[in-house]
Amino acid sequence: MSTPYESWTTGEPLVDTKAPDGPIAERWKRRRFEMKLVNPANRRKHTVIVVGTGLAGGSAGATLAEAGYRVVQFCYQDSPRRAHSVAAQGGINAAKNYRNDGDSVQRLFYDTVKGGDFRSRESNVHRLAEVSVEIIDQCVAQGVPFAREYGGLLDTRSFGGVQVSRTFYARGQTGQQLLLGAYQALSRQIAAGTVEMHPRTEMLDLLVIDGRARGIVARDLLTGRIDTYFADAVVLATGGYGNAFYLSTNAKNSNATAVWRAHRRGAHFANPCFTQIHPTCIPRSGDHQSKLTLMSESLRNDGRIWVPKKAGDHRPPQDIPEDERDYYLERLYPSFGNLVPRDIASRAAKNVCDEGRGVGPGGQGVYLDFADALARMGRAAVEEKYGNLFEMYARITAEDPYERPMRIYPAIHYTMGGLWVDYDLQTTVPGLFAIGEANFSDHGANRLGASALMQGLADGYFVLPATLGDYLARHPHTDTPTADHPAVHEAVSAVTERLYALLSNQGDRTPDSFHRELGELLWDECGMSRTEAGLRKALERVPQLRAEFWERVRVPGSGETLNQSLEKANRVADHLELAELMCLDALHRTESCGGHFREESRTEQGEAARKDEEFSYVAAWEFTGTGRPPVLHREHLDFAHVHPTQRSYT
Amino acid sequence: MSVPATDDTAHGRTGRGMRLTLRIWRQPDAGSPGGMHTYEVEDISPDMSFLEMLDTLNEALILRGEEPVAFDHDCREGICGACGMVINGQAHGPERTTTCQLHMRHFADGDTIDIEPWRAAAFPVVRDLVVDRSAFDRVIGAGGYITVPTGSAPEAHATPVPKPDADAAFTHAECIGCGACVAACPNGSAMLFTSAKVNHLNVLPQGAPERETRVLDMVDRMDEEGFGGCTLTGACATACPKGIPMPSIAAMNREYLRAARRTGNRS
Repeated sequence: MSTPYESWTTGEPLVDTKAPDGPIAERWKRRRFEMKLVNPANRRKHTVIVVGTGLAGGSAGATLAEAGYRVVQFCYQDSPRRAHSVAAQGGINAAKNYRNDGDSVQRLFYDTVKGGDFRSRESNVHRLAEVSVEIIDQCVAQGVPFAREYGGLLDTRSFGGVQVSRTFYARGQTGQQLLLGAYQALSRQIAAGTVEMHPRTEMLDLLVIDGRARGIVARDLLTGRIDTYFADAVVLATGGYGNAFYLSTNAKNSNATAVWRAHRRGAHFANPCFTQIHPTCIPRSGDHQSKLTLMSESLRNDGRIWVPKKAGDHRPPQDIPEDERDYYLERLYPSFGNLVPRDIASRAAKNVCDEGRGVGPGGQGVYLDFADALARMGRAAVEEKYGNLFEMYARITAEDPYERPMRIYPAIHYTMGGLWVDYDLQTTVPGLFAIGEANFSDHGANRLGASALMQGLADGYFVLPATLGDYLARHPHTDTPTADHPAVHEAVSAVTERLYALLSNQGDRTPDSFHRELGELLWDECGMSRTEAGLRKALERVPQLRAEFWERVRVPGSGETLNQSLEKANRVADHLELAELMCLDALHRTESCGGHFREESRTEQGEAARKDEEFSYVAAWEFTGTGRPPVLHREHLDFAHVHPTQRSYT
Repeated sequence: MSVPATDDTAHGRTGRGMRLTLRIWRQPDAGSPGGMHTYEVEDISPDMSFLEMLDTLNEALILRGEEPVAFDHDCREGICGACGMVINGQAHGPERTTTCQLHMRHFADGDTIDIEPWRAAAFPVVRDLVVDRSAFDRVIGAGGYITVPTGSAPEAHATPVPKPDADAAFTHAECIGCGACVAACPNGSAMLFTSAKVNHLNVLPQGAPERETRVLDMVDRMDEEGFGGCTLTGACATACPKGIPMPSIAAMNREYLRAARRTGNRS
């Protein structure tokens, strides 16, 4: 290759022109007042495309349609009710202060900025905290069955890393219940004819005409038909890119194609190396493993984490005496013990496994032991608190966690990075908006538990419907693009040719085999801890793997029917491009922060050391061509309200 | 990744995987006839999920240049409701869970396993094991919601909900829309699915204003979609991976009669 990918260049700094100034608590109010409105009678003349039906997309589609816009919505699943938001367990944060425990919008704002390790925008996070209270009102009115006290009022619980009880929940199925609320609101609009819903339809490209997002190219997954859809604005609510790692807690079909295609069409990609690894997942049981299952982190409240002191100790746990066990979190972090934040717990587990002290198949696991809790609380109390989680664990592993310690291991869970958006959630392509996990905006370098649901619904119900109206009011379109526009023709041809190339290749490897290989590489070199040497190795290997993919992949069947191999291959092709940018971003950010741990940048205690002087910015990357060095645009971050400090948990 | 022998012993595994004969319904598309095809798989680990076992088959089929078996799946955690197949005549197979949470340890080396799509008039086969369940979405669209435009909600604590009502609502709200109830029912009825949503919303004070129209419209829609009638066999509740209880149907019948009497124009 003539230009090594690593020789990226620096472009103009990025400035969020929509961010209001003034007192932080007044900014959202002010921005809303400054917005131009679309006359209710004119709204139906505007078409908005929404891609994705999770918490962000479902709530946005329903709200925009209620407001009077014409919505055309897409999801790859057979029903909008199945998006992966459905799998979120723990809860949703809101600064209601129902507990009278000192919570406030100000405190939720502070916790989120600090939890993000000072790599998020203060204005955005403050707005998120403000809107959080309205979300709970909205969901309760929709009939979301949140847990309640005997007096009939809402129950809350506390969650990782905060000192107040602000997490609303519906047993271990909060995501499911919130999603059903949004899905039902969306279904009402579909039945009313205000949302044109296209399930089993996947976005394969973005249509940019005269510098504005004006539609998408999508494939009907049942008939294979490639169609173009035109609109006045396009909203991506397509989730994160955790599946680049192959094994993750994401749904099997979650993918990065929509955001990556948008990136290729001019939307900058921000902080791609900020990925979250969750410490308490069920370990893989063998090479056949197809995905990983999360166990709620609430288990760390009562379980004790340990491994044998000796490497290679394969005795069953009950045969290992107390003095030959290493409760390493309690030893290393005496004041926080087993309740250290997600990133710290994950790295510590990796370290002991790297030392050969891991347990279970492949030595990739640590024990989470409830023996003490059972002795202290009694079996009935443990069952009451964790029964459904113990049952799930037993079903998957065939081991009884009441008798034998659970085995857990970290897994990729969430991606903080995503498409760069301004305060209005608009990307660098005018008319293209990104909401929910698909954007980068609110969580900085690390997301706090129970904040993903909050952000998805804040964006979809409250923020986007307001900001999108402003865009539409300022950019009235008089024309509708047509299929014979050169840009449309080019996009449709590119999509068609790529699918044809996949189908006609007479290769000898399956799409999944490439995905697994890419995932292992990313996990090893761009996972829980990263080094310059490892990242350079990955940056050498990813393009080779991409070339091999196009030479050797095999996709049977035709493009004219339901062809799940073709869908998968097309997504893997995009993961093979995105992976390179993730590694480059991780290489360029030579500091450690949040979920991004560079071994070269640690404190004397071995913890993550930020370099605020050098890296207090959002890294937004501009695409210049496949495998060609991207251009870095820095957006400087100011912390006027929360003073950056080094985290310490010892 | 290699699995050390010591751990195999510790977890009570034998060294070799299972060998199975699979008889799977293959159908190229909705308009073509289908039939059962036989495949052999070997080296199946008891720790695999049922879908991972099918992944193994599909990887082998691709390398042989054959088309893999199409099946719906997504979260593989038992919550999205995408997966579902009839395994040896039972919806989701021998355990009371979703197909993705069924593990191969519930089968024995040498077994023959029959795998078919959901069979119901209202769920036409799309391809192989994939069926069209969009009728469910239309039943929800007929009234399975509370009308509350964004931003119009009152303060959450304005209306307390007695805990028993909140718990009852949750029990019904757990439905994942997988369709096992319809597949298990000899009549292909969607009464359990529909009653779960009617009861979830009708038991809550927030759902009261639309209580009558909800049940009448959803039941009408259910009938229009071609689901069969209910003869109270209970097969639905037995197959339901989320344990939606059988009395849910009785409660909906009561709601329906009440609504019909009140509105006076339907029965």
